Amino acid sequence: MENKGLTKVDLIFEKIDSKKVMVKAFAMSSAEIIQSMLDSGLKGRGGAGFPTGLKWKYTAAEKNPDKYIVCNADEGEPGTFKDREILDRVSNKVHGGMAIAGKAIGAKKGFVYLRGEYRYLLPKLMIELDSFHKMIHEIGFDFSIEYRMGSGAYICGEESALFESIEGKRGEPRNKPPYPTTSGVFEKPTSINNVETLVTAMMIIHHGAQNFIQYGTKDSRGSKVFSVSGDTPTPGIFELALGMTVQQFVNEFGDGDTKAVQVGGASGFCVPRKKFAETIIGFEGVPTGGSMKLFNSSRSMYNVLHNYLDFFTEESCGQCTPCRVGCQQLLKGVEKVKKGEAKSTYLTELVKLADTMKIAAKCGLGQSVGNAFKSIVGNFKEEIIY
Amino acid sequence: MYQIGNLVKELSDKHGHARESLMPILQAIVQKHNYLTDEAMVEVARELDISAAEVYGTASFYTFLDTQMKGKYVIRVCKTITCSMKGKGDIIQTLEEILKIKVGETTTDRQFSLIETNCIGWCHKAPAILINEMPYTELTPEKVNEIIKDYMHK
Amino acid sequence: MINLFINDQKVSVIEGTTVLAAAKKLKINIPTLCNHDDLCVAGNCRVCLVEQKGARTLMASCATPASEGMEIHTNTLKVRNARKHIVELLLSEHRSDCTKCYKNQNCELQSLANDYAFGDHVFLDLVEDKKYNIDRSSPSFIKDDSKCIRCQRCVRTCSELQYISAISVANKGAHQKISSFHDRPMSQVVCTNCGQCVNRCPTGALVEKTYIDQVWDAIYDPDKHVVVQTAPAVRVALGEDLGYDPGERVTGKMVNALRQLGFNSVLDTDFSADLTIMEEGTELLVRLKKALVDGDKNISLPMFTSCSPGWIKFVEHKYPEFLPNLSTCKSPQQMFGALAKTYYAKKRKIDPSKIVSVSIMPCTAKKFEADRPEMRSSGYKDVDYVLTTRELAVMIKQAGIDFRNIEEANYDSIMGDSTGAAVIFGATGGVMEAALRTAYEIVTGREVPFGNLNITPVRGMDGVKEATIKIEGCVDAWKFLEGAELKVAIAHGLVNANKIMKMTREGKAPYHFVEIMACPGGCIGGGGQPIPTNLEIRKKRMKAIYLEDEHKVLRKSHENPDVIAIYKEFLDQPNSHKSHELLHTHYVERDNY
Repeated sequence: MENKGLTKVDLIFEKIDSKKVMVKAFAMSSAEIIQSMLDSGLKGRGGAGFPTGLKWKYTAAEKNPDKYIVCNADEGEPGTFKDREILDRVSNKVHGGMAIAGKAIGAKKGFVYLRGEYRYLLPKLMIELDSFHKMIHEIGFDFSIEYRMGSGAYICGEESALFESIEGKRGEPRNKPPYPTTSGVFEKPTSINNVETLVTAMMIIHHGAQNFIQYGTKDSRGSKVFSVSGDTPTPGIFELALGMTVQQFVNEFGDGDTKAVQVGGASGFCVPRKKFAETIIGFEGVPTGGSMKLFNSSRSMYNVLHNYLDFFTEESCGQCTPCRVGCQQLLKGVEKVKKGEAKSTYLTELVKLADTMKIAAKCGLGQSVGNAFKSIVGNFKEEIIY
Repeated sequence: MYQIGNLVKELSDKHGHARESLMPILQAIVQKHNYLTDEAMVEVARELDISAAEVYGTASFYTFLDTQMKGKYVIRVCKTITCSMKGKGDIIQTLEEILKIKVGETTTDRQFSLIETNCIGWCHKAPAILINEMPYTELTPEKVNEIIKDYMHK
Repeated sequence: MINLFINDQKVSVIEGTTVLAAAKKLKINIPTLCNHDDLCVAGNCRVCLVEQKGARTLMASCATPASEGMEIHTNTLKVRNARKHIVELLLSEHRSDCTKCYKNQNCELQSLANDYAFGDHVFLDLVEDKKYNIDRSSPSFIKDDSKCIRCQRCVRTCSELQYISAISVANKGAHQKISSFHDRPMSQVVCTNCGQCVNRCPTGALVEKTYIDQVWDAIYDPDKHVVVQTAPAVRVALGEDLGYDPGERVTGKMVNALRQLGFNSVLDTDFSADLTIMEEGTELLVRLKKALVDGDKNISLPMFTSCSPGWIKFVEHKYPEFLPNLSTCKSPQQMFGALAKTYYAKKRKIDPSKIVSVSIMPCTAKKFEADRPEMRSSGYKDVDYVLTTRELAVMIKQAGIDFRNIEEANYDSIMGDSTGAAVIFGATGGVMEAALRTAYEIVTGREVPFGNLNITPVRGMDGVKEATIKIEGCVDAWKFLEGAELKVAIAHGLVNANKIMKMTREGKAPYHFVEIMACPGGCIGGGGQPIPTNLEIRKKRMKAIYLEDEHKVLRKSHENPDVIAIYKEFLDQPNSHKSHELLHTHYVERDNY
């Protein structure tokens, strides 16, 4: 494992001349753009971390002339707020990244799926979009973007659920395969990318892939935006190179009494103090879409776990058995243990259930409920029981 | 009934009659009327040529597409972990006292509804609420008092 | 072809085949629950999970297409543990009062529990926390949410096969449920009571409303004279619930069993099916004459058949502007009912108030139909109780009748005679074929120009069938039809009915006469028929029905001696004043939600 320490970076919010980047991208071929992404090693910034270059390559290879680029702005993971900040401050770069992706995969149309909780941003975004459309039209870029709003459903951040929602349906994840690159929104080949991924892509075109890989590690190239909250004197948005340890992160952001960091939100992992030094923040360690929550010793990890389980019990789409019923069982199970109505050994059964959910649920949500559950129960068992 | 029919017609002419127009149409109705009445859902079903049960099924999936009566101002208090750690309880208590309603209820003058919601993306400025679509953050009971007083005088 | 390995056995399948189907080819059984042959893939119950070598997660075999070189294992420890968990999770949300349940021993969840989750269960009971609702508002079926396992077969049935979507998935997460429009009672929404959902529900969440006890009470009431009628499709399916293979005809044994149950008179809906042909055929010819000869603009064409109560309710909700196009004829069940308490009562010298009229139907919508306020032309409720094929099987079992070994018997007389034309009412296209056999002969004096009276173009499982019959050599009274081409269409399953109605609304339906049955395959695939159902089973029942027709001496409705007698003694002639009073009806517009 490499450890490059904590490095602050200014990429996402860097002031640039968008038009200049767009002119540069427009002069590139689809293959060249995709190659830049592959060279940069950029992985999706939403959390799942699929290589962006590959996603674009697969979508570009599809024969169907009707393709879409979808920007996933359904940022719902507890503890993430970076996409809202990005859209608020540099939406021109989001739009630019979408147009570049469009050029790469051969799509003329893009959708931004914006979570309903961020609707207040819409008037401003519409103005920005208008001038963006004018700008790329001047360059001769044939691409347009449409905003579609969510209405309060965490699961719509799952890519196929998001497509269903755009299509006017309940946001229920689809069976895979087919994958979005073959059959995405309106059953057309689709590249769906996170807000930050698209901005990063634009910046890679601007500065070149080499500039990007100076940051990060072999498995986690570049930098990303972290949403820092919880027990910290400095909550907010921070752009940092990947590859630091949780200890280094805590040294910078902790309040001196940090006992655990939840990396990656409710669907992520809980790292306890004793593992801070050995845990790398990145795909080789604990991956994150940016959510970093710090808990100090005054917090009950039972409350944290209960809050997350309550969240999943409500936000599961409900279609598949392991997720719909599993979440309810985990929630009711820990309540019973806490109240002493179930034996503490019952936690072992619940951990087995969490393991089943990880391999049996239909989508990433159900599969990741077990992450928080197992890491919190595993590291703070006494707090759950007593 | 007459009015909602006109609105639905207007909206479906604007957004189209395909299934993909369902969300934008429902969202626009909620923006205007705070929630979806049964009449509105039946009208939407008719315009889009889908069943009313499907309209209801879709609407009820989304927290913001209320199918129960809601007031003019819907206050959504974030209950997810950071807000919960940073004083959500006090905010709720303050709101319940000012509005004289409990969570889940609407004031008798149908001005305010108070509900809890999952993470709204303001964890660094917790506790946070939404009033309709506007976020209010880093709240204290005093701030909440002021904000609600402003809304009462709107 | 795609080659893959399942449990180390090689199998080759065509592209697009699921892992589940590929396993079936190897005779490897993978348990399923949300999967159903008639419906699109859902992949949501996760019972059919299998393990693929190299994959991080297990996969739903019903939803995963086979791919080249795949190595699948269906019975690893991982799979078995996950499957046991999943079945237990389903049971934790499900009110498991099995011994009291109507579906006891006929429940797919129960049999999964037997196979995979016997013994002590790990998980907590969630039923106690839920405010489950039991909806008994429909006269046809009960929707018990506490038995529902959210497999969504019913939702897919209502949408994919029946177009109605009276039920949909509502809410999310722990609150997800199957709901009508805003949770209204099922009796107050667009539901047609067709029972196709009941037929596909794997548990007791959707079951027919039973009237078995009421019928037993009537049978044992010495003051009552209980008559029973049996619909044509029952005799080719009842056997399935009594240990026979699909497609076995059990007509004679069924009649004997009904007699042994204690019914005072065992009669046949086929009689009134023949009567329907006389009434409906005449109505069609009259409509054609008025439209073509008299130029009457108020005549509604095409004329639609009216035998299927699910279809009638569909039009009332969805296409009320076409209510005048529906034949005014009651269904055979209701014609029979009206005559049982008038004509039959008179002939048998029985006080009609003492008659209890029971019908055995392949249908749940018939329960609703019998309850309609219009269906009291005899001065009483024309049909008192409607039992499904399944309920009859229950009664036969309750009575301890050794069905396989009883003698065959014949129907009683007066309204017990029937022709082959009536029997085929039970299959899609059958009413049309029966009507053509008679109408063509009335108009031309000759038999329909099809070999052995088998009008094959109107038969089969195509969703929408069309045929054109050229009318030549008319007898004097019908000379105006000389050379005319009678265009007919047949649809079964409401999704197909909707196709025809859409065409009709757009003015693009060129037909004179259209037969529509609410259920896939017609009544043989009715919502009250034995479970399970699939295309193969429906085809076997259909074959049996045409066989029954071929074995009949009489195969044209107008030759039925009971029918000839009733016109002579009671009704005068088709569409007479008396016929209209007893055998015809009207329809009402209903809300579209």
